[in-house]
Amino acid sequence: MKYVDEFRDPALARQLLDRIASLMNSPALHTRAPIRIMEVCGGHTHSIFRYGLEALLPEGIELIHGPGCPVCVLPRERVDDCLAIAAEPGVIFTTFGDAMRVPGSEQSLQQARAAGADIHMVYSPLDALQIARENPDRRVVFFGLGFETTMPSTALTLQQAAREGVGNFFLLCHHITIVPTLQALLDDEDVRVDAFIGPGHVSMVIGLEPYDFIAREYGKPFIISGFEPLDILQSIQMLLEQLNSGQAEVENQYTRVVSRSGNPQAQQAVAEVFELRERFAWRGLGEIEHSGVRLKPAYAAFDAERVFALESRQADDPVDCHCGEVLKGQLQPQQCPLFGTYCTPSNPMGALMVSSEGACAACYQYKRTDVS
Amino acid sequence: MTPTITDQTRITMAHGAGGRAMRSLIESVFIEAFGSTELARMEDQARLDMARLAAQGDRLAFTTDSYVIDPLEFPGGNVGTLAVNGTLNDLAVGGARPLYLSCAFIIEEGLEVALLRRVVHAMRDAAQEAGVSIVTGDTKVVPHGKGDKLFINTSGIGVIPKGIEVAASRCQPGDRIIVSGTLGDHGAAILQARGDLALDAELRSDCRSLHGLIELMLDQCPEIRAMRDATRGGVAAILHEFAEASGCAVRLFEDQLPVKPEVRGVCEILGLDALHFANEGKLVAVVPAAQADGLVARMQQHPAGLDACIIGEILDGPGGRVQVRTLMGGERLLDLPVGEMLPRIC
Repeated sequence: MKYVDEFRDPALARQLLDRIASLMNSPALHTRAPIRIMEVCGGHTHSIFRYGLEALLPEGIELIHGPGCPVCVLPRERVDDCLAIAAEPGVIFTTFGDAMRVPGSEQSLQQARAAGADIHMVYSPLDALQIARENPDRRVVFFGLGFETTMPSTALTLQQAAREGVGNFFLLCHHITIVPTLQALLDDEDVRVDAFIGPGHVSMVIGLEPYDFIAREYGKPFIISGFEPLDILQSIQMLLEQLNSGQAEVENQYTRVVSRSGNPQAQQAVAEVFELRERFAWRGLGEIEHSGVRLKPAYAAFDAERVFALESRQADDPVDCHCGEVLKGQLQPQQCPLFGTYCTPSNPMGALMVSSEGACAACYQYKRTDVS
Repeated sequence: MTPTITDQTRITMAHGAGGRAMRSLIESVFIEAFGSTELARMEDQARLDMARLAAQGDRLAFTTDSYVIDPLEFPGGNVGTLAVNGTLNDLAVGGARPLYLSCAFIIEEGLEVALLRRVVHAMRDAAQEAGVSIVTGDTKVVPHGKGDKLFINTSGIGVIPKGIEVAASRCQPGDRIIVSGTLGDHGAAILQARGDLALDAELRSDCRSLHGLIELMLDQCPEIRAMRDATRGGVAAILHEFAEASGCAVRLFEDQLPVKPEVRGVCEILGLDALHFANEGKLVAVVPAAQADGLVARMQQHPAGLDACIIGEILDGPGGRVQVRTLMGGERLLDLPVGEMLPRIC
C-alpha cells in the first residue's frame, strides 16, 4: 500500500538498527547509558508496541511513554461532566470513540449509553453538527477532546455552526495543548529525560518553533517524528546522533507531513475560536498552567460549560493508581501494583489502561509478559 | 377472505397472530420460496429419514445461530445469505455434511414485504447452491420499536463421516495454520455500509458457504486437526480458542497475512486490526506441517480458497498465548479486543 509499506520495510529497519547499535557503542553514549527517550505522543507509543520495536533496540535505550494521549490524561471529573450533560432531558451527547470507555467516578459513557442515555459515537465534529441540524428540537453536545491535532476541526465546525446559526449545537471543550505540559515535565526534578520523540500530528498544525525552548533552554534534542516503524527508528537514530555530538536541536523527521511553520489556516481558525485557560487539570499530572483552551466569549452561546450548570467537583483517582508516575517515566507500566490484576483493559482503574495509545493498555495488549 | 400480500405490504401484528393474515404470509413468502415438501406439509415438525442420515456417517452434527445485523442488506449479501451460510459453515468446519436447516423469523411491525422477500430469496438461493433443504420454520411479529426490523435464527443438521475427527484440542506443536483467503472483508464492508465513515472504497462482504472447500480439504488431508470459520472476533478469536483448547501457543507471521488493500485502508484510517474483523466466508485450519503446502495448493484451486495461505504455526507453549512476529521482526502478543472495537482519535 502506497505511503505505508515504504515505511515498514524490514531491510531498511535493519540498517537503522545497525546504525543505532553502533552509536550506542560510541564512547560518548556508552558511558552515558541508559539513554532515556520520551515519546510524547500516544500514537508513537502504540506503534512501538504494535511493531515490537523496544525488543529490537540495543541495550541502554529506555523508552518513556509520555503524556500525549488525550484520553489518558482525561480526569475522572471531566467524564462526570459528560455524564451529567448526557443525563439532561433532550440532550444528544456525541463523542469520539476513544472516550467511551474512560471511567468516570461511577460510570463510563459506554455504561451510561447502555443505561439509556442518548450517546452517539462520531468520527468528526461535523457529524455532530449534522446531528444537530437533523434534530432541531434536541440539544446536541459535542465533546471536543484532543490536542492541536483535533482542535482545528472543532474550530472550523463552530465557525460553520455560527455562520448557519445552528442554535442547538454545543461544545464541551476539553482541548489541551502539549507544550506547557512538556515544560512542566522538564521542570519536574523527578523526571529525567535525555531526549524527546516529538508529536507528529500536533506539529503538522503548530510547526516546529514552539519546541525551540526545549533544545535551547533545557539542552534536550527533540525530533518531530512520523508514526510508522521506520519513522520512529530514524528519529531515535537522529536523537542519538545529536547526543553523540553534544548537540541539542529541534529537527523534523516527519518532513512529508510537517512544515517548519505548520498550518497557518488551522492556526488561524484555532486562534479565532479558542483562548487559553489559566490552568487545566490533567489526569495523573494535576493542574498545569495554560495547558487547556476554552471558547472565546464570541462563541459563548455554543459553550456547554456555560449553558449547562456543571458542578465543580473533584474525583480522585483510586489510592493505588500510579498513572502519574508512569506518565512521568518513573515507573514502567508493569511495575504498577495494579497492572494486569486490578487494572486491566476490561476493567480499567487508571486512564492509561483505557485507550490503545495508553502506555499500560499497549503494554497489556502487546507485551503482558515478555514474548521470547 | 385471505388478505393479499404484495411487495408493498408492510408487516403488521396480524401477520403474526395465527390467523388468515399469517397463513397468507407463510404461503406467499416462505413456502413460495423454500418450497420443500417437508415445509409444505405444514405439520408442527419436520420428519427426517434416519436411514438417509445413517448412510452418510456415524455422528449427527447440530448447531444454531441467530443473525442480527445492521444494515440488513450490504454489498455481497443480506441477513438471509448470512443466516444460511453461517449455519452451514458452523456444521462444515466440524467435518459435517450439512443436510437440513430450520429458520425462525422475528419481524418488527412495519417491515416491507419486498425486503423480507429479498432476504427469503437470498436464503433460498444459498440453500439451493449448498444442496440443503429448509425443512421447518417459525414466524413472530413484534410491535414497532420492540425489535430491529428483522432477526433470523437458523439451526442446522449435518452428518459427520466416519473417521473424521476435527477438534481445537488436537493442535500440536509444529503444525501449520492455514487461512482460506483474505481477512476482514465482511467486517470492513459492514462498517462502510453503515455509512458513518463516508469512505469511497470497493468493499464487499465475503459471505459464502465453505462446505465445498472443506470437503475437498478433508479429502486431501483427513488429518486436519482443527478448523473454525472466522466470524465474529475474526481470526484472532479463533486462534485464542485453538491455543486455549490445545494448551499450545500460536505464532502468526505478520508478513504472511492476506489482507485486501481496501480493507487495509479502512484499518489504517481507524487504527483497527483486520485480524479482529469478522469474516463470513473464511476458515482457519490447523494441519500437520508436512501436509500444509500441498493442502494450500489444493485449496487455491477452489473458488472459496483462491487466496489460501499459511499464516502461522503452533508452538509448544505457554498454553493459550497468541503472538505475532511483526513485519520488523519483533514479537508481540495478539490479544482479544476488550469489547466493542473503538476507532482512535488520532
